[in-house]
Amino acid sequence: MSVVNPLVSNEPPLIQSKRPTGVILGALGLGRTRIGLGLVLIIAAIAIFGPLIAPHGPADFIGLPNTGPSGAARFGTDHLGQDVWSRFLDGGREILLLASAATLLGLAIGTSLGLLAAYSKGALDDVLMRSMDVILAFPSIMLALVAIATLGASGWLIILAVGLTNVPRVARVTRAAAQPIVERDFVAAAEAIGVPRWRILFGEILPNVLSPLMVEASLRLTYSIGLIAGLAFLGFTPNPNGADWGLMIQENQIALVVQPWGVVLPIIAVALLTMGTGMVGDGIARAAAGIDRVRAE
Amino acid sequence: MASGPSGSANALQPALIPGGPTEAARLGTATGISPVWGFILRRLVLGIVVLVLVSIVVFAATQALGDPARAILGRSATPASLAALREQLHLNQPVVAQYLTWAGGLLHGDAGNSLAAQEPVTKLIGDRIVNSAILVLCAGLISIPLSVAIGSYAALRRDRTFDVATSLSTLVFAALPEFVVGVSLVVIFATTVLHVLPAVSLIPPGGRPWDNPVALVLPTLTLVLAVTPYVARIMRASMIEVLESDYVEMARLKGLPERVVITRHALPNALGPTFQVIALNLAYLAGGIIVVEYVFNYAGIGGALRDAVSNHDLPVIQALAMLIAGLYVALNLLADIATIMVTPKLRTRL
Repeated sequence: MSVVNPLVSNEPPLIQSKRPTGVILGALGLGRTRIGLGLVLIIAAIAIFGPLIAPHGPADFIGLPNTGPSGAARFGTDHLGQDVWSRFLDGGREILLLASAATLLGLAIGTSLGLLAAYSKGALDDVLMRSMDVILAFPSIMLALVAIATLGASGWLIILAVGLTNVPRVARVTRAAAQPIVERDFVAAAEAIGVPRWRILFGEILPNVLSPLMVEASLRLTYSIGLIAGLAFLGFTPNPNGADWGLMIQENQIALVVQPWGVVLPIIAVALLTMGTGMVGDGIARAAAGIDRVRAE
Repeated sequence: MASGPSGSANALQPALIPGGPTEAARLGTATGISPVWGFILRRLVLGIVVLVLVSIVVFAATQALGDPARAILGRSATPASLAALREQLHLNQPVVAQYLTWAGGLLHGDAGNSLAAQEPVTKLIGDRIVNSAILVLCAGLISIPLSVAIGSYAALRRDRTFDVATSLSTLVFAALPEFVVGVSLVVIFATTVLHVLPAVSLIPPGGRPWDNPVALVLPTLTLVLAVTPYVARIMRASMIEVLESDYVEMARLKGLPERVVITRHALPNALGPTFQVIALNLAYLAGGIIVVEYVFNYAGIGGALRDAVSNHDLPVIQALAMLIAGLYVALNLLADIATIMVTPKLRTRL
């Protein structure tokens, strides 16, 4: 969302001299990073190992719909009579997988474009960054919805669409961080001895912009999780009959008065997960720059 | 944003004025108009170019990719129904002709007919635009002053209790997706913990949102909680930067009372970037309503967009996407102009 926030977000948010390992160690020394990391690990463990300990299959009908907690169903049944606890344990994998993939895709493409723009300068730089502005002219969720409208909510499309919304934001941060690096002598030296362009970009410049990229990565992960869970909440998931935290919240919202657990469990999971990634990101940002990071969706 | 002609590493100035201040000034002097008007003109042209590109993207994503007729009709499609639908959507024309027909229609206020309702799209979404505008307005009127106040006060009380507390809570709320906030509010205030507010905000046909203001409380609160942390954090960062600047130091050294230093010297300059963020957040609200309206079953354009995507109702999707993107671009434009106007430091450089 940093369409018009150049005064804040385009300001190089970094001190390049800090090494990535130093930043990580510094971040781990902060309380918020540790708490955030703990939250993320707990939720990730539920998502990954949950299906192994689930008492029932996610699509098994075990009783009447919307019944409260009982001996057979620890947290009651959902709108179809499926076990809420089992579906909760089963519903995190998809979100984690899709959000991680979309973040990695956005990082890979965004970093490449940002490095290329900073290194090329001139017309290519302008064309690249102006096309990023066009993508930024859409609210992220709308971009994904427009793509889903014709092509259907397949896993690949969601990764592509959400990944695409991450690209311009990553590209801007990378470009801003790489611009001063491009002017440095070691880049000119590499050019002089004939190092190929892609190796200058990824071998010489990239290692110097890793700190701001780590901050951006955690930010993008937080937003990808929110966006993908939000799409599932709207009913757009690769598997509309499967268990998925976002979808569970939507399905069971109608019966909130009689059976809140089908909504409350996944809500807590999504909330703790995004809070966790957000806190980790804030910790990394503080360690990297020593300043407050502002959310730049 | 564009790098200035000098390609300088100072991202601040070139970021604000594409082409850099010198170019804006050159444009101004060459046409004999003031640099400010030259700048505004330049931004307007850029905004229109972006809108045209946006319309191409919307069109390409909805109509030119894949086979829309088959996507709409699904597996039940017969050759005859496919042919009829292709006729209605002009799918049998060349792609460029399709685009020009569609874009030309939009310019004349004709967005075609909804496939689901068989009614003109404009008629279908007219009332919903008003409903959404009310919601965004309520959220904006509450969140903007609130976030400016929180951000400024946190900056003045830097590292004291208020600052630390708001810093942590804004961090947490900024990370939460809107639908998580919205549904949590429903659980807390409507269905499970307390029973004081309605869980859904239905507007009866022909009704207006202000007929039942209580129903607006939870959707508005959700949007406020989604936006305020963001603006407050940026306001705080920008206020801290200004408070540490030379001119604030100078004003203090002159012996001005602290109140004057803050209201006359610090706040106007700190509001500059925040203006952009405010506009950005109004635009963000335009996107956020998609999910929030769905949470509360509120009859606005966001809910309509969700339903249209679900029904593959292409003309409605296209019209709403253009509407929301258009709003986005317009607000960005206003923010750029407002920033130049309110920031004394930038105005003199132009």
